[in-house]
Amino acid sequence: MEILQNLGLGLATAAEPVNLLFCFIGVLLGTLIGVLPGIGPTATIAMLLPITFGFEPATSLIMLSGIYYGAQYGGSTTAILINLPGESSSAVTAIDGYQMAKQGRAGPALATAALGSFFAGTVATVLIALFAPPLTEVALKFGPAEYFSLLMLGLVASVALAHGSVIKALGMIVIGLLLGLIGSDVNTGAQRFTMGFLELADGVNFVAVAVGVFGIAEILRNLEDESDREVMVKKVTGLFPSKEDFKAAWAPVVRGTALGSILGILPGGGAVLSSFAAYTVEKRISKTPERFGKGAIEGVAAPEAANNAGAQTSFIPMLTLGIPANPVMALMIGAMIIQGIQPGPNVAVEKPELFWGVIASMWIGNLMLVLLNLPLIGLWVRLLTVPYTVLFPAILAFCCIGVYSVNSNAFDLYAVAAFGLLGYVLVKLECEPAPLLLGFVLGPMLEENLRRAMTIFRGDPTVFFTRPLSAGLLIVAVLVLVVVFLPSVRKKRDEVFQEE
Amino acid sequence: MQINTRDAAAGVIFIVIAGLFALGTQELTIGTALRMGPGYFPLVLAGVLGLIGFITLFKAVGKAPSPMTGVPWRGLILILGAPVVFGLTLRGLGLGPATALVVAISAFASRRATLVMAASLTVGLTIFCVLVFSFGLGLPVPRIGPWLTF
Repeated sequence: MEILQNLGLGLATAAEPVNLLFCFIGVLLGTLIGVLPGIGPTATIAMLLPITFGFEPATSLIMLSGIYYGAQYGGSTTAILINLPGESSSAVTAIDGYQMAKQGRAGPALATAALGSFFAGTVATVLIALFAPPLTEVALKFGPAEYFSLLMLGLVASVALAHGSVIKALGMIVIGLLLGLIGSDVNTGAQRFTMGFLELADGVNFVAVAVGVFGIAEILRNLEDESDREVMVKKVTGLFPSKEDFKAAWAPVVRGTALGSILGILPGGGAVLSSFAAYTVEKRISKTPERFGKGAIEGVAAPEAANNAGAQTSFIPMLTLGIPANPVMALMIGAMIIQGIQPGPNVAVEKPELFWGVIASMWIGNLMLVLLNLPLIGLWVRLLTVPYTVLFPAILAFCCIGVYSVNSNAFDLYAVAAFGLLGYVLVKLECEPAPLLLGFVLGPMLEENLRRAMTIFRGDPTVFFTRPLSAGLLIVAVLVLVVVFLPSVRKKRDEVFQEE
Repeated sequence: MQINTRDAAAGVIFIVIAGLFALGTQELTIGTALRMGPGYFPLVLAGVLGLIGFITLFKAVGKAPSPMTGVPWRGLILILGAPVVFGLTLRGLGLGPATALVVAISAFASRRATLVMAASLTVGLTIFCVLVFSFGLGLPVPRIGPWLTF
């Protein structure tokens, strides 16, 4: 049993005291920012990237991933208790969770969310362990043509599954790709679009882009509306769900886990889409759909299981192919590159302790999260009383120091301001920033593989269609694009996201 | 005739960015598909972006306008200014004073900021940041910079 051996290696890595400590710090931070509305895992991970510089690669990735799935747990607490999603992925949880809380059943709602998430996390960990190795095998056989087509598919799919206008999202991807090309050309050394700035020779600092587009733009958006957050927190009593609750919740948890695991793997999927889809499914198959929106426990159990499953399985394409499914995974890739690791199928072969350590740490992290979330719920609730006015200067100070520490270069701070402005303008125009970040990470890879493919195949662009694997991937990409533009599908897609 | 300014503006921005990158490829070798120069791929992308920009623009015409929320101008200027000030002063003033500046500037970005709150926030966060980043993580920046030591 190779998988057991691998998981054993992973557990041994994850159980090293340093890694345990940082796994704990990660999930703790994740819960914290998950609970607080207005600051999400993407911005947090972007801020902390520079700090992880000095860590071992495994330690750094273990902590950063802990933030991501930890935020899924924390987000539900806010959603249930104050009807405000701490994270966008728990927006649907608020619908029924808050109703349960109003009926005095906040305890069971919180417990269902936490236990459902734990179940989903455990299943997703096993799924990653099962599916990552075969995918890696396939990916190792990929040539540049296949890689190019795969990247195209990833980019297209990330647009299709995101919300908002498809055409604008495509535009954002291309802007990201172009920004990613700034700097010295790898093949010729020519300076591209650097406008004479020596600081841009190595390209635009990834952390500056991420902090600007996600962190700064997010603060500005929050400053638009400074209305009061109502914190109505009654004492949470009777944490444990009754027998009836368990009976009603287990099937939705299983379905949510399955749906979330599948959607998480798809580019553009991940936690947000998973939770929306799971809620829609539960409502549709329920015998009593009228209970939804009025405190149905299924409406909490399914999306919470789904968002955690989705958050975790989105690691599969990142770990095996080096392709990020969502902005958080793009940041993970950034973290690997900072550490000097070339993301892609080679990671599993060359650094098994890193690869399996991260996977095993997820299960440990999930266990910590259940323990952190249920008994300490009172503490998290109190956190909600911290006003945003206090929060964002702290965020900004951490961002500034963090960005500077990557290269010890003041230029990166000016880049933060510039990308903050760009990000805010684009958000105002309803252009999602996530595709831009994906494009930015993938731009150099896309160009490199295109050039290599063209050199190998003598400048013949038809290779992408004559090599079967590559052609297959491109056909899927075209199909995805066609399907999204079909009017009927478009309507459905809007429906899924409208409840936000 | 109706026009959705938001989409139209997005289209125009796409076109402008495409144009800037296309201009930037002027000084680069374009090459052929077989031997791609550094300008080849960016030029193709700029073309695609321009096309997307025009489509976005055309689709905006005749679409109902969508409401825009106000821009928090004061916040915008202060929040974007803070990292710039930090970058300009970090080497000279040192980590402590530069951090204090960032916090003080950004604290006033909120319309609800009060002097007392901003001051206590500045002191508290500066001490925290210096402890964590300088003493804890050993960031190689002087705590008090040369501009302040005589």
